[in-house]
Amino acid sequence: MRLTAGESVASGTSRDVLGRGLRVLGQAIREQPRIFAVAVSGSVLFGLLVIASAYVVGAVVGDVVVPAVERGEAARGALALAAAALFGISVLRVVGIFGRRLGAGYMQYRLQAAYRRRVTRRYLELPLAWHHRNSTGTLLSNANSDVEAAWYPIAPLPFAVGTLVMLVGAVASLFFTDWALALVGLAVFPALFALNVVYSRRMAPRQARAQRLRAEVSGIAHESFDGALVVKTMGREAQETARFASRAGELRDALISVGRLRGVFDPMLETLPSLGTLAVLVVGAIRFRQGAISVTELVSVAFLFTVLAFPVRAIGWVLAELPRSVAGWDRVRRVLDATGEMPYGTTTLDPATREPATLAFDDVHFAYEPAEAHLPGAKVLGEVTFTVPAGKTVALVGPTGAGKSTIASLAVRLVDPGAGRVTLDGVDVRELTAASLAGNVALVAQVPFVFDDTVRANIALDRAGIGDDEVWAALRLAEADGFVAALPDGLDTMVGERGTSLSGGQRQRLTLARALAGRPRLLVLDDATSAVDPRVEAAILAGLRAPADGGAPASILVVAYRRATIALADEVIYVEQGRVVARGTHTELLATVPGYADLVTAYEQAEQEREQNRTYDEVTPLPSGLEIEVDR
Amino acid sequence: MSTTTGENSESTETTWQTLRRGLALSPELRTGLAGTLALALVYMVGRVAVPVAVQRGIDHGIVGGLDLNVISLTVAITAGVLVVTTACGYLMMRRLFTVSETALAGVRTRAFRHVHDLSMLHQQSERRGSLVSRVTSDVDQITQFLQWGGVILIVNLGQLLVTTAVMLAYSWQLTLVVLVAFAPAVLVIRRLQRRLAGAYGLVRQRTGTLLGAIGESVVGAPVIRAYGIAGRTARRLDTAIDGQRVAQQRAIRISIMGSSVGELAAGLALAGVVVVGVSLGAGGTLSIGQLTAFLFLVTLFIQPVQIATEVLNEAQNAIAGWRRVLDVLDVSPDVADPGEQGRELPPGPLDARFAGVTFAYPGGPPVLHDVTLDIPAKSRVAVVGETGSGKTTFAKLLTRLMDPTEGQVLLSGVDLRQVRFDSLRSRVVMVPQDGFLFDATVGENVRFARPDLTDERLTAAFAELGLSDWLDGLPSGLDTPVGERGEALSVGERQLVALARAYVADPDLLVLDEATSAVDPATEVRLQRTLDAVTRGRTTLAIAHRLSTAQAADEVIVVDRGRIVQRGPHEELVRDTDSVYALLYASWLEQTR
Ligand SMILES: Nc1ncnc2c1ncn2[C@@H]1O[C@H](COP(=O)(O)OP(=O)(O)O)[C@@H](O)[C@H]1O
Ligand SMILES: Nc1ncnc2c1ncn2[C@@H]1O[C@H](COP(=O)(O)OP(=O)(O)O)[C@@H](O)[C@H]1O
Ligand SMILES: [Mg+2]
Ligand SMILES: [Mg+2]
Repeated sequence: MRLTAGESVASGTSRDVLGRGLRVLGQAIREQPRIFAVAVSGSVLFGLLVIASAYVVGAVVGDVVVPAVERGEAARGALALAAAALFGISVLRVVGIFGRRLGAGYMQYRLQAAYRRRVTRRYLELPLAWHHRNSTGTLLSNANSDVEAAWYPIAPLPFAVGTLVMLVGAVASLFFTDWALALVGLAVFPALFALNVVYSRRMAPRQARAQRLRAEVSGIAHESFDGALVVKTMGREAQETARFASRAGELRDALISVGRLRGVFDPMLETLPSLGTLAVLVVGAIRFRQGAISVTELVSVAFLFTVLAFPVRAIGWVLAELPRSVAGWDRVRRVLDATGEMPYGTTTLDPATREPATLAFDDVHFAYEPAEAHLPGAKVLGEVTFTVPAGKTVALVGPTGAGKSTIASLAVRLVDPGAGRVTLDGVDVRELTAASLAGNVALVAQVPFVFDDTVRANIALDRAGIGDDEVWAALRLAEADGFVAALPDGLDTMVGERGTSLSGGQRQRLTLARALAGRPRLLVLDDATSAVDPRVEAAILAGLRAPADGGAPASILVVAYRRATIALADEVIYVEQGRVVARGTHTELLATVPGYADLVTAYEQAEQEREQNRTYDEVTPLPSGLEIEVDR
Repeated sequence: MSTTTGENSESTETTWQTLRRGLALSPELRTGLAGTLALALVYMVGRVAVPVAVQRGIDHGIVGGLDLNVISLTVAITAGVLVVTTACGYLMMRRLFTVSETALAGVRTRAFRHVHDLSMLHQQSERRGSLVSRVTSDVDQITQFLQWGGVILIVNLGQLLVTTAVMLAYSWQLTLVVLVAFAPAVLVIRRLQRRLAGAYGLVRQRTGTLLGAIGESVVGAPVIRAYGIAGRTARRLDTAIDGQRVAQQRAIRISIMGSSVGELAAGLALAGVVVVGVSLGAGGTLSIGQLTAFLFLVTLFIQPVQIATEVLNEAQNAIAGWRRVLDVLDVSPDVADPGEQGRELPPGPLDARFAGVTFAYPGGPPVLHDVTLDIPAKSRVAVVGETGSGKTTFAKLLTRLMDPTEGQVLLSGVDLRQVRFDSLRSRVVMVPQDGFLFDATVGENVRFARPDLTDERLTAAFAELGLSDWLDGLPSGLDTPVGERGEALSVGERQLVALARAYVADPDLLVLDEATSAVDPATEVRLQRTLDAVTRGRTTLAIAHRLSTAQAADEVIVVDRGRIVQRGPHEELVRDTDSVYALLYASWLEQTR
């Protein structure tokens, strides 16, 4: 298994995690200032009302309860007022809650959506080489759980900010009431804050580890479900489960260690304000004896400490989530900041020309980046030079692994050469715009990829000018019209994820139709007609070279093994181990290049041998029961 | 496709039913629950201790004549209690996290295994991203909730109970006032909970869809680039992303309504307590300290309710996640391992028999019609036919990736449905059409079914297959990483590795589904020869992509539109010049020379 990305950037135990976390939050506020303001206003309103309610309760006890109990009769007016005040405060608090929670929720979800959008945009922009280096599992968790982690503290953030305001208000109101009681507050609240800070520092490395393991667990699940068929056919379910379980076990341990830390700090954070209330009782009694405060004030302050105990925890939630947020943020930034973009140029080929295009490879070299730094990079192509002249068909032939698919990818600029140039009508493909490139060339890849969508959408791909008529025409050309017509919903049939509801050959024909529908000026077929009847293939190629409807012809680069296909080509390029070994017509190469001849006549030779053996067997029948090794 | 794994997110199942189902599946969650709850209760005493201390302080130390000794004593005792309860809090959380994380890791693993146990068709009925989310983010929701909201919920439940008890001790009348004030709120919140459950179910479901869309955009990156359809893909991603956001926002709106109702009830309770309490106080039933303590207690009663409404949306999210995990666990695998009661395949070479087999994919027309066929042991059979004629379907039935809709498939006389999987999978191996490789080295991939094999044995296996040269040409030999899905190898090379993987598994029945379709002819011919030699004495069934395979086989089976239209040795079949096979062969000859 490859290391999952983000390992190196995980925030580790760095002491500045708090500062970085706050900076991430600052980023959030900068991006959603208005909604944040709404949320904080709601929260501040709520906080102030909490303080107010403490004083109202104090006043109720001092001015209503005490006289009532002492006199043995209640003052109706004061009582009604007290009740109205308490209920009124509640109504206002509802307003505060609405603002805060709606604001916080919307802010969190909007940020998540915005960043999911940015991350997935980046996936679309980054070159394939980058994609090769990152597993699907990692990319999925970057866009999903890492974004979620980054913005997780947003939910309690406005509450925490409101609480801070509330604390300041509380301490201020304490000073109004009595300086000695205020000192108790000054001792307790900063202590709470400090405890929270220590807590989040301790939490950072554990959260980072858990987040990394989450991604790994997700990666294993993704890969294993992707290869479910292999797992099934080889009966390896138990071993796959063991592989998953061991990583899930590590995640479990990481989460337990997160939980234990929580267990240490949470109760302490909880108890601290309670101790404050007790201190208020002692200090308050002394001050009461000195005549500095009244019962009302004592009760108010004690009540204040009680009602503050919970909101103060909101600060703790934010701080406790910061490390995870930073870990997620780092992993998200790794995608957003990834370099090695493959920018498109600004040149457009004349959109009016429908003449076939000329493709040229000029001393092209290419190497795949190694998966792991210590391994050698795979140097795949060297000194590749050839031309597909306008309107001609060139066949690319070579043994497995020779580099044919790589050449095909270079031709449509899925990857860029390490050295040398690939040109289309004399223009370096790197200088072309995305639209110009896609509008002029089409690749049918060796492994067909179809989207989880309808047949129509898979072929038209929302490209301009491709309506149902064009789709059917392309399907007919690819000899796919028959099976599509037989599908339950015709063009509207959903083909399933990666086309699971189609047979392999049907998928291949769909991708072929997709390419044909765009009427490219250069068509690159990477062994893409293997499941198509050769007669049909010949018809396709002929149709492309001289369309029956008088449309524009196309130049064709075709990777093929079939002699029939190769024979149709104007020129054959024979590659071995990333080098062009020979070029010429099929007949020339057959006569002069032994490797080529071996390759394309392999079936004939095999058949001849079989014939010989058969005659041999018939002439000299073997004694039954005796197995001999026939030397072939 | 309509299946049982489907999304019953808007299901009518209540939260309690889900919880009960969840607890039934993870009884470990109950271990020591009583102890944990007891600790939570003690922990809660800490919260109640403070109002009680305030009451005693006011009544005995301040109002009835100032007595600092009483106050100091009260405070000292309470502080002592707080130290104990804090320790209990620690123990409670420690137990809770250990138990719940352990249980959930178990659930995760079981769900993972279960997904593998589901039939191929079930697995395909759901997007892979969504399937993955059931063992990842859905479970994450639960653990996240337990670590944050779960504790709060438990603690607050305890707080509610302890507070109610203490309130009752002070004054049953006021307690009644509080309960009456909250009664309507409880009813409303219950109603909202049901809507909230649906809303969060939708969130989880949309999250699954989003993961599917992202997965597709990542896996389909080459096509997206080659066709310049980044814009279209981006729009679809945006739709999925916004779909999730809208669902989330709807959920939070419902949840806020719950909080608001709770808050209003709290105001009502507080006002009611003041009015009734003052009357009671005036009547001499309550002391000032008691009434004050009661006001404190009411807030302690209100808090949990308020917090609960805030936490409950997290809870609903978690419950929705849990439900999705449970739903997948609840689907009974339709192609199930008979397990202990199952039979072993008889030793020795295997023969196969299709008896009146008809097969239709769910919701589709039959793709195989009443197929009856015998494949003798040790024979080498080739299956040929147009694309889409049902060859792969045939192979999947033979290896029991699916069960026939009608009829039976038998291996050496045993109905496949009765064969234990460990026996079946070790004796019958198929190389599927697309040679999927794991993101590991070549060696690790080949060793997949036989982890005990040494490097020497693997190298020897490649040599036996005539692939030594290819292996030697790799940058790091057996240790060459193949990349995700094998994408760092060429398509043909992937097939070579997949073939070697099946070969070292040493099966008695080998099924090859166009296993060398991307390999060059020279290599293919060579492979075929070596395979013939090394699989002599076993039964092999090869779905032929090129007719050279058919020519070399003992027997050819010709499939046409779901029926077997011809069978026999190549020479015999070509004699009937109008037959399907003869036409296929003619076209093959045409393309090879
Ligand atoms: N993504 C990749 N990373 C590293 N090596 C690769 C990658 N893709 C292909 N290769 C290697 O490049 C060589 C040429 O591959 P390819 O062009 O696919 O060959 P083919 O001629 O069979 O189409 C092979 O040896 C293969 O192992
Ligand atoms: N998972 C599936 N769901 C629905 N239909 C399917 C599924 N797989 C294959 N089919 C259909 O069944 C028919 C036979 O397919 P298959 O056996 O793969 O053909 P092939 O002979 O090319 O291997 C095709 O028409 C195909 O569309
Ligand atoms: Mg290739
Ligand atoms: Mg097939």
